[in-house]
Amino acid sequence: MKEKKLKYTLISVASIAAFLSVWYLVTDVFHIFPSSTFPSPVKVAQAFIRKLTVKTPDGGTLATHLAASLKVALYGYLLGIGIGVPLGILMGWFRKVDLIVKPIFDLVRPIPPVGWIPLMILWLGIGMRAKATVIFVSAVTPSIINAYTGIKQTNSVHIWVARTFGAKSLETLIKVGIPSALPMIFAGLKVSLGASWMALVAAEMLASTEGLGYMIQMNRMVGKADNIMVGMITIGLVGAMLTWILEKLENKLVKGGRTK
Amino acid sequence: MSKVEVNHLTKSFGKLKVLDDISFQVEDGDFLCIVGPTGCGKTTFLNSLVKLYDVDCGEILINGEAVDLNKHSIAYIMQEYSTMSWLTVRENVQFGMKIRKFSKKKIKEKTQEVLRMVGMEKFADYYPGQLSASMLQRVSIARAFAVEPDLLLMDEPYGQLDLELRFKLEDELIRIWQETKTTIIFITHNIEEAVYMSRRIMVLTNKPTKVKEDFENPLPLPRNVTEESFVEMRNRVTNLIKWW
Ligand SMILES: Nc1ncnc2c1ncn2[C@@H]1O[C@H](COP(=O)(O)OP(=O)(O)OP(=O)(O)O)[C@@H](O)[C@H]1O
Ligand SMILES: [Mg+2]
Repeated sequence: MKEKKLKYTLISVASIAAFLSVWYLVTDVFHIFPSSTFPSPVKVAQAFIRKLTVKTPDGGTLATHLAASLKVALYGYLLGIGIGVPLGILMGWFRKVDLIVKPIFDLVRPIPPVGWIPLMILWLGIGMRAKATVIFVSAVTPSIINAYTGIKQTNSVHIWVARTFGAKSLETLIKVGIPSALPMIFAGLKVSLGASWMALVAAEMLASTEGLGYMIQMNRMVGKADNIMVGMITIGLVGAMLTWILEKLENKLVKGGRTK
Repeated sequence: MSKVEVNHLTKSFGKLKVLDDISFQVEDGDFLCIVGPTGCGKTTFLNSLVKLYDVDCGEILINGEAVDLNKHSIAYIMQEYSTMSWLTVRENVQFGMKIRKFSKKKIKEKTQEVLRMVGMEKFADYYPGQLSASMLQRVSIARAFAVEPDLLLMDEPYGQLDLELRFKLEDELIRIWQETKTTIIFITHNIEEAVYMSRRIMVLTNKPTKVKEDFENPLPLPRNVTEESFVEMRNRVTNLIKWW
């Protein structure tokens, strides 16, 4: 078991190393691409270190942009799942809620979150609230769908067990419906997170004065590819880290595997 | 204490008539074994009793009133797997007691007792995904016994178990019945099991299902499967079944 784990880690490390080597070869060694538009990993690393302290050309250090992005993303995300998951659960469990909410939801759902941006700019300007709203829209949809589906898939035998012991509907929901839907709910939280992070960057590119998406956009205007890549890599790393945190939480909360 | 009355119970699924105007009574503290061909509606009857199914007509009464799962203390061991995958064996066993709001102390004691009874105390912290079919069945049995029901419904509960455990739990059930005077309705395909435990045996017909025969089993407890009177009774039931 331990040997296997080590082997998998080695493979992962090797694949990243190979990727970086190829990148290095086609840039700094063989100069296949011009380094101004396709900088080498070394250049990007240097830009990364520089961006930790230097504010030009986009008006902020990497940390300030990252903090701005995280703040908006978490704000919109937490609001999205905070409303989406309970709503999905209630829709899945109570027929009346389903009947009232589902038609509206089905109409709104096909609109891509980014499609909300123009209206949000018009209503709320290009500040925090407009972006957070767009992220909210991105996060809320997958959390509703997964919580709803998870609850709907509750094994009826389990519901029957609770009922024959005398549990009322709400108690059955809490003791049977929600725990059995938890794996689905977590899958939704992860999809929501990915969608939020993507919407964030889009929103920042279109309507912002700070954040990682804004930083990328500003550096495109002045043609600084190395800074663009620094922005992209940061987005990737932080996104992966947030997913990792969510998975840790899932492992803690989802008990007994997914079968039987 | 529970007396069960079944009056003109009829239940169909679409065009398929399963239970056809069935009436009988189970006296308070009785031990009824029901045998009948596969698919005749035994499970359907128990599901109707605990109101999981709506019936077409007729009624089921407990102590003269409509079944109320909050008021009447019923435990139902279902034929299907019914343990919860997200709960440990211990938590599964405590599931019913917690809904019925047993005291913490009582829950703790009772959990130990029933886990020991079904031989699962070593597996208390396992999850269902880590258990065999027979172990899962034992958890369901323990969960039902734990709530000390007035009415115990068992749908082929011992079918999955090996012979040794089966014999042990048959004796255990007789002991619980004698001590607590709980009313038991026990469904089985095993004629010997029915004759060994029951105080009354009911044989059902094929669909649309009626009561074919319903008779007392007066053999004194404990019973000996090799005794002449036991063999006689077993043959009587077997003969009834041959007519299916
Ligand atoms: N939910 C349902 N919907 C439709 N038909 C059903 C349903 N439940 C049971 N039936 C049908 O009703 C009949 C009786 O089923 P039931 O499960 O009660 O039989 P059973 O006597 O318990 O059989 P077994 O001994 O195999 O457990 C069967 O023909 C079955 O197909
Ligand atoms: Mg059955």
